[in-house]
Amino acid sequence: MTHTQKRIIINNVVMVLSTLSALVGIGFLFWILGVLVMNGIDALSWNIFTQEGAPPGYEDSGLKHALIGQFMIVGVATLFGVPLGILAGTYLSEYGQKSKLAETIRDISDIMMSAPSIVIGAFVYAIVVAPMGHFSGWAGSVALTIIMLPIILRTTDDMLQLVPSTLREAAFALGAPKYKVILQVVYRGAKAGILTGILLGVARVAGETAPLLFTSFNDNFLNTDMMEPMASLTVTMYNYATSPYEDWQKLGWAAAFILSMFILSLNILGRLFIMKRKGK
Amino acid sequence: MGIIIDRVFANLTKIIAVAVLLLVAWIFTVLLQHSMNSIEYFGFDFITESKWAPNLEKFGALPAIYGSVLSTFLAMILAVPLAIGVAIFLSEIAPAKLKSPVGVSIELLAAIPSVIYGMWGLFYFVPIIRDAFGGIGISMLTAGIVLSIMILPFMAAVTRDAMNTTPDILKESAYALGGTKWDVIKDIVIPYAKAGIIGSFILALGRAIGETMAVTFVMGNVHKISTDLLQPATSIPVTLANEFTEADTDLYYSSLFELSLILLVISFTIISIAKFYFLRRTKVAS
Repeated sequence: MTHTQKRIIINNVVMVLSTLSALVGIGFLFWILGVLVMNGIDALSWNIFTQEGAPPGYEDSGLKHALIGQFMIVGVATLFGVPLGILAGTYLSEYGQKSKLAETIRDISDIMMSAPSIVIGAFVYAIVVAPMGHFSGWAGSVALTIIMLPIILRTTDDMLQLVPSTLREAAFALGAPKYKVILQVVYRGAKAGILTGILLGVARVAGETAPLLFTSFNDNFLNTDMMEPMASLTVTMYNYATSPYEDWQKLGWAAAFILSMFILSLNILGRLFIMKRKGK
Repeated sequence: MGIIIDRVFANLTKIIAVAVLLLVAWIFTVLLQHSMNSIEYFGFDFITESKWAPNLEKFGALPAIYGSVLSTFLAMILAVPLAIGVAIFLSEIAPAKLKSPVGVSIELLAAIPSVIYGMWGLFYFVPIIRDAFGGIGISMLTAGIVLSIMILPFMAAVTRDAMNTTPDILKESAYALGGTKWDVIKDIVIPYAKAGIIGSFILALGRAIGETMAVTFVMGNVHKISTDLLQPATSIPVTLANEFTEADTDLYYSSLFELSLILLVISFTIISIAKFYFLRRTKVAS
């Protein structure tokens, strides 16, 4: 066997192996997706959206309480996280730039993005839940805000930096003060990018379960008072899936399906925004 | 007037940006404060003691630390070769028509919440392990496998990005010399993207060690150190998720906070190594 033949054989072996591993990896992932869709569609019904939680065995049970709770917890977190993140990102890109302070903030936010979310839950337990004496929707929102903040901050920073400096200079030349340049020129130029960042940030925190376990806790019935413990899709999913009751497990799959579809659509939407921007 | 608003706006953004730093410092301080009780009571024994018995007020973190390390290690052993395979497939082998749809679906799978991986693990993977190896199916091995599947899409996507940073001209030169695809991959792409690839593995490791929901379903939360992978076990996040709302004494609470602090320090260290040592030059992770 010549050297060339040997190389070709090794090449073919590696190609086959890596294609196989790609198939195995992708196969597993589609298995999970398939399971999710099959069980999810099977469990979906109108009751899911119109009924609250019920003891196991009751037919009229649904996820209305968890859907509304999830919407409120994530909504409030977005309300806080987005403006704070955008303003902090603005500082990095427009004022701090390459300064040591700005670089440190970038590094720390990068680390925070991958930090374990359950630890954020423990932190919020210590600063919100313990002093209040009970779990609350607010505590859940605070935890999600902390997780969302670095994501929005870094994408805003990146997106603002993509705005060409000639645009800023042109606005300065017209005599506009810096805040006006930022608000009316830079933000406008980076609109699609910032929006994508927000969508991805919301998608990320919407799937968080661990930091809600001991902040917003759970409630099997509808509650719209943020001062009280609140149901979320993720924690409800966890509790229902680990229960021994089949109808609860079914509701858990429905919650998993709704949540995943929501998160996937946000991700796809975000991609479309970015693509549209590149297409211009 | 404009100047005042200008100054207010500039300072507002700066205050919020600095607040992010302070927030991180605050997180560490609060966790440390709340751990003080247990740190003072157990000292260094907390990390080396293997007995965790809340009813006896005895708390040793060793089983949880051991479980975190072992499950992450298992997940890495399984996920690294698969991720490299998927990345090579996506960046070098797949025809152009497949590259983008497969690549995008892998990225989308990375966005699926980990609680769903955990749920799938509980309902579909636990029975398989139970049938194949006996036992109850809830075990260290199951946790390692579910964890590896959860980090696979993230790892594959970032590894692919790192491989894609190799300039085409380098690869073309190697092909022109008569290199096979594998020659090009092992002698050009991997050496060029080495730092990025290792960095993305370590980043995935940092995520895996702090992952809660993918493993909570299938690990069992049993505080026992066992070399038998088919035994139920626990890890730091699993202990926190299961016991935080049950803690009834100050020492119990404090021990759980110390566990959180240990976890935060471990993952902060791992992620920093990945970011600052390996990913600094390549900038692939963003």
